[in-house]
Amino acid sequence: MPIFIVDGHQVEFKPGQTIIEASRNAGISIPHFCWHPKLSISGNCRICLVEVEKMPKLVIACSTYASEGMVVHTKSEKTIDARNAVMEFILINHPLDCPICDEAGECKLQEYAYSHGKGESRFEEIKNRKEKRVQLGPHIKFDGERCISCSRCIRFSDEIAHANQLTFRNRGDKVTVTTFPGELFDNPYTLNTVDICPVGALTNNDFRFKSRVWEMSSTDSICIGCSRGCNTEMWVRNNEILRLTPRKNDEVNSAWMCDNGRLNTFKFVNAENRIDGTYLRFNGFLKKAELSSAINFTAKKIKEFKSNEIAFIGSAYATCEDNFVLAKFAKSLGVQNIDFPKHIALGDCDDILIMEDKTPNSFGAELVGVKPINNGNSFESIITNIESGKIKALYIIDEDIASISDKYEKNLTKLDLLVVHSSNENKTTALADVVFPSSTYAEKNGTFVNFNGRIQRIKPAVTTEEMDRALDGMNMSRWDKFGTKFDRWMQGRRVDAKSSWNILSMLSLHLNGKMKYDMAEEVFADIASSIEEFKGLDYDMVGSKGINLKIKESIKVK
Amino acid sequence: MSVKKRKKDLNFFEKIYIVEIAKGMMLTLRNMFRPKFTMEYPEVKFEPPSSYRGRPVLVQEKNNVERCVACGLCSRVCPALAIEVQANETELEKERYPEKFEINMLRCIFCGFCEEVCPEEAIVMSKDYELVFSNRNDAIYGKDKLLVQVEQLSDRLDYLRKFKQ
Repeated sequence: MPIFIVDGHQVEFKPGQTIIEASRNAGISIPHFCWHPKLSISGNCRICLVEVEKMPKLVIACSTYASEGMVVHTKSEKTIDARNAVMEFILINHPLDCPICDEAGECKLQEYAYSHGKGESRFEEIKNRKEKRVQLGPHIKFDGERCISCSRCIRFSDEIAHANQLTFRNRGDKVTVTTFPGELFDNPYTLNTVDICPVGALTNNDFRFKSRVWEMSSTDSICIGCSRGCNTEMWVRNNEILRLTPRKNDEVNSAWMCDNGRLNTFKFVNAENRIDGTYLRFNGFLKKAELSSAINFTAKKIKEFKSNEIAFIGSAYATCEDNFVLAKFAKSLGVQNIDFPKHIALGDCDDILIMEDKTPNSFGAELVGVKPINNGNSFESIITNIESGKIKALYIIDEDIASISDKYEKNLTKLDLLVVHSSNENKTTALADVVFPSSTYAEKNGTFVNFNGRIQRIKPAVTTEEMDRALDGMNMSRWDKFGTKFDRWMQGRRVDAKSSWNILSMLSLHLNGKMKYDMAEEVFADIASSIEEFKGLDYDMVGSKGINLKIKESIKVK
Repeated sequence: MSVKKRKKDLNFFEKIYIVEIAKGMMLTLRNMFRPKFTMEYPEVKFEPPSSYRGRPVLVQEKNNVERCVACGLCSRVCPALAIEVQANETELEKERYPEKFEINMLRCIFCGFCEEVCPEEAIVMSKDYELVFSNRNDAIYGKDKLLVQVEQLSDRLDYLRKFKQ
């Protein structure tokens, strides 16, 4: 590969790469506001000016192609002077309102003002006044004064969301970002502009003023909104999830996620209707019970049914581990009726990220064995067989069957035994004889397999009653590190819940002693040793960005 | 073993001590007629100077709106993690206000960093040094106890203007 020189280091580049790209790959970062690796080049912020030998003037690194033998200085006196000047220029009309700005702490302008600013302003005139708190779209507020007109949001809406909804209006220092008259900025991907906005001009209505960024811990996770499995970061303070942001993964979601996934996939974790503790039905009412007595009761009850009278329902919302243990449990009882319901929203998809399958793990659930064994009934026929009375006991994990349709709800009332693992109260738990509290995807270790056969890890970000942030190696904020049980900011709600695989393995141990797992890693090791597609894998290999499973073409086509 | 030599040998009057005792008694006598520095607390209260760092309080403007914009800098700088702030949005020009502002007085070490870092002069150290509580919950002061009218804090605010950069 050809080579050019940046600050005395030899840097390889592919022909056609710009200076900023090639340097970045080599670990030399050049300041930038308007340049974004996933967007087209705009070149209007001028902060990336660098000195190139034999060029008469400084050039912007974001739109100058690297060429063989080029000598670039990013730290020379001339470059630094230019950078400081640009910084001073940008700051002329930028309000000094970091204390009330949500971006503070993750703001590019703040960072560069710290490293390249003069620390004081020579500008004595009155700053420009522009529109503030403009509701650009359903999820976004815009502050015109903070905007530095980098055009990232405009380019995002044109190039990534293909929505062409934003534009600049006016010129010079009066320039501002706006939608077309009477239009709203309302495509399914708007909130990504909040992430890429280098300042706090665009803010997320849902997260606005909830917390300072340095008060939260962030944990790598996977979005459960659809089978794409966008990589996310989960931001938690006081054991409450406050926001999700996309995490870069070029194999899956690039650097984006949709608004629906960002806003609607985490609130149930901290909802009021979380199931806290185990419930058993006494005299027609669900009453709180000890976990052990619920397990005794369930084990005793299950023995009363013949294997063809029992059905198991897995879940594409649950992890591979949960589904695997469910399938193994069903097999140990000789039950062949096992399946999971699909949640498909026909037509609700696009060629960017959103998929029709609204669950994160339907591929994974199928792979680990949640599908009818031999002549076992599929999901639909399990339901019809309940109606006809052939199936008398149903064991559901992490699915709300009764809410799918009224017919299903009615059928569930005909059962002699209904055992449900659920994280939240819903129509199905209202009908259940036993309700086990299962932890949500934010509270457990596990894996999802996306539509493409890529296995990705989720990690716990929220603690349940039995977990400890420090001992379980979870990510911690400063508050988590130094807090005691007497501090109100440590007293966030902790639900008494367990992973479904954990409950199932306890039940199995009690019933026939076939399974005993203590950690999700052990379950995954078992999956890796018994399922062809997972052969040889462990959590470390899956890593933070996932790994493609070796899927046989025949399955893939389906 | 050598005998340690005195720096200065005592003279005759010093050796008999009587003169020295008389001198000491004179000093005691003189001080009996000087003004007293001790106070009959709690009947008499100590009024600290404006440089005194008592419990931190929030400044409330004349229109009963707190100055604080809930930026959380005091909370971040606090070495004892005594301050918890929860912001929320307001229609006022300042955009945000503290929905919850709690200082755990059991954690507070009266260092005054919160006052120093505050961009709005909204949290200042008062002259209040009388802190009594009988359980952990009472020691957490919320907005009801923290908000103090600005005119009661004019001493401290003037002092800050004069000496704080």
